Amino acid sequence: MIGIYLIGAFSIVIGLFFIRNKQLTFGLLGLFLVLQWILTFYSYNNLRSTDLTYFTYDSLAFLLLVTMSIISVAAIFHSHIYLEDQPAPPETRSIYYASIVLLITAISAGYLANHIAVTWIFTEITTLSASALIYHHRNKLALEGTWKYVFICAISITFVFIGILFLSLALEQAGSQDLSYTNLVTNSAKLNPFWLRLAFLFIFTGFTAKLGLVPMFTAGIDAKDKAPAPVGALLSSVLMNLGFVGIFRFYIVVANTPLHHWANMVIGIAAFLSVFVSTVYMIKVKNIKRMLAYSGIEHMGLVMLGVAAGGVGYYAAILHIILHAFVKSSLFLQFTQLYRVFQNKSIYNVGNYFKYNTAGAMVLLTGFISATAMPPSGLFVSEFMIFRSLFEAKQIIVLAALLLLLTIIIWAFGKNILKILFVPPVDFDDSNVPKISPWESLSQFVLLALAIYLGLNPPAELVELIKESIMLLPQ
Amino acid sequence: MIDVLLIVFIITLFYLSIANRLLSYTKVLAVQGVLLFFVVFLQLNEINTLNLVLIMLETIVFKAVAVPMFLAYLLRRNNITREAEPYLPNFVSLLITTAIVIATILLSNSIKDTHLDKMFFVVALSTIFSGLYIIASRRKIITHVMGYMIIENGVFVLSLAVGNEMPHLVNLGIMLDIFASVLILGIFLNKIGDVFKDVDVEQLTNLKDY
Repeated sequence: MIGIYLIGAFSIVIGLFFIRNKQLTFGLLGLFLVLQWILTFYSYNNLRSTDLTYFTYDSLAFLLLVTMSIISVAAIFHSHIYLEDQPAPPETRSIYYASIVLLITAISAGYLANHIAVTWIFTEITTLSASALIYHHRNKLALEGTWKYVFICAISITFVFIGILFLSLALEQAGSQDLSYTNLVTNSAKLNPFWLRLAFLFIFTGFTAKLGLVPMFTAGIDAKDKAPAPVGALLSSVLMNLGFVGIFRFYIVVANTPLHHWANMVIGIAAFLSVFVSTVYMIKVKNIKRMLAYSGIEHMGLVMLGVAAGGVGYYAAILHIILHAFVKSSLFLQFTQLYRVFQNKSIYNVGNYFKYNTAGAMVLLTGFISATAMPPSGLFVSEFMIFRSLFEAKQIIVLAALLLLLTIIIWAFGKNILKILFVPPVDFDDSNVPKISPWESLSQFVLLALAIYLGLNPPAELVELIKESIMLLPQ
Repeated sequence: MIDVLLIVFIITLFYLSIANRLLSYTKVLAVQGVLLFFVVFLQLNEINTLNLVLIMLETIVFKAVAVPMFLAYLLRRNNITREAEPYLPNFVSLLITTAIVIATILLSNSIKDTHLDKMFFVVALSTIFSGLYIIASRRKIITHVMGYMIIENGVFVLSLAVGNEMPHLVNLGIMLDIFASVLILGIFLNKIGDVFKDVDVEQLTNLKDY
């Protein structure tokens, strides 16, 4: 099935690239979404089976694939609205649609890959397609954002490759050459610790560019700022999850070796620094998109702290990353409507959003409550579990510092969001504010509702799948 | 013989750290490509045709001819001034590169692993770190690209250190890496040259938080 999916998706990409006709473009996009959902259902029916040697439909991949398929429907729908509102030349439009389909395909394949080199290849393709999307506006600032993103991602991806080379050295001692995750876990006892340590450092550093963690998080921020908001929704949710998959699958290998404790420390330090850095920027930031992007850095820091703490933290990390994807993508999608009203993305120049677009303002408010993990947000549940795991790991000082930082983030985030919602903007001429249909906010409500429902009342199947994806970790 | 070639490779790094003109950077990159080809040629004891063609493509065609020529073309096309404009004096650069090489030698001496060829390891790591240093210490965007190419050469040497028989996937990875570096970096450098007149990192500081 994955073969059909990849061939189909790549032909659709080529088709979208060359076809300028609108109806045909929509047909192809619809066809792609159908293909995406067929793959999702197929992977549900064939859980735990391997396809084409290098792809396995395991539980973690399936969970993220469902998240991906749901978000991609909304993202493509809003891309359509976005391109209707800000018409681009036909060839720019074609490149946009072709790249977004390529991005979704590469991320899906990256989730399913069971071999570290295959994950690496698809991660590289995401850089390629994302950079075409970031450059959508073809102006100076977009070029600057694209350049930074491409350059930092290229270096990070080289780091991952160096890590893979060290990993193959570590594996050589075990007398094996197969770099698939299952083989690595089986041979984990025999891996050379020195090379494994180097491999972990390089692979972790490399994937932080996609995950959005210290040290390589900067590229992602500029990218999410300059990319059109529907693309930002993908970059800040499902692409981050791909970075998580890259680190987490390798972390499972390391966790089964004596280096487990050391790896936890590395991850913990990077994660805590990420929360710290995002706090510092959240206080200062005045650009709404960048604010949302920094909030993503904070959440990824929390997720990785959960992984580092272990115990219930593993479960919480997977739950958190799924719920965060829904919340953050809905906020980014809402931004397109906000921008249509105010034609500005600085917090100084927007305000009183309730007056201009009530449904959208409700999304922003609910999204804010969800993103800051206040009840009834589903993220409250997962974040609470992360705190508990830190408590159980006896990291009281880290926990206290973390809670302090999160309080500051809630204050900074709340100050900005409430200004957008209620305080009238200075010098804003509202005589020709476009009327925005409340139906456009529907997809965002659905995403937010999913995040609340899955957090508060997770179906038994979801719990089972999450437990299965962390099964190989030492409890 | 391989050792001699690798030592020449290290000497090119020292030369890069004090080179002043951008054209000499491209020439050094070409020399590195040729050196890499001979290293691979001598290193592989049994060569089948497919592998040889692939390696020829990677080293001679890409690293020694296409990339340096393309970079030289970019220099001409965008009228980039010919000095490298480092932030630090050349003498300091030379000292830092020496320090990098010594540090990697010390590091490799502490490793006890029979699978590893230490000579390759030292050259690979010092190339990667010198590349990073060149990126950090030069002002022009095109020198960043050159630094990236140097890192790629280091990675190539490292993959030789890991084993004679590279798995096909790793080979594929190198191809993809070249593809990405040439395509993305090249095309965007072209665009950047059109949009920003003199290509300097100081011009890329307009994305701000407020």
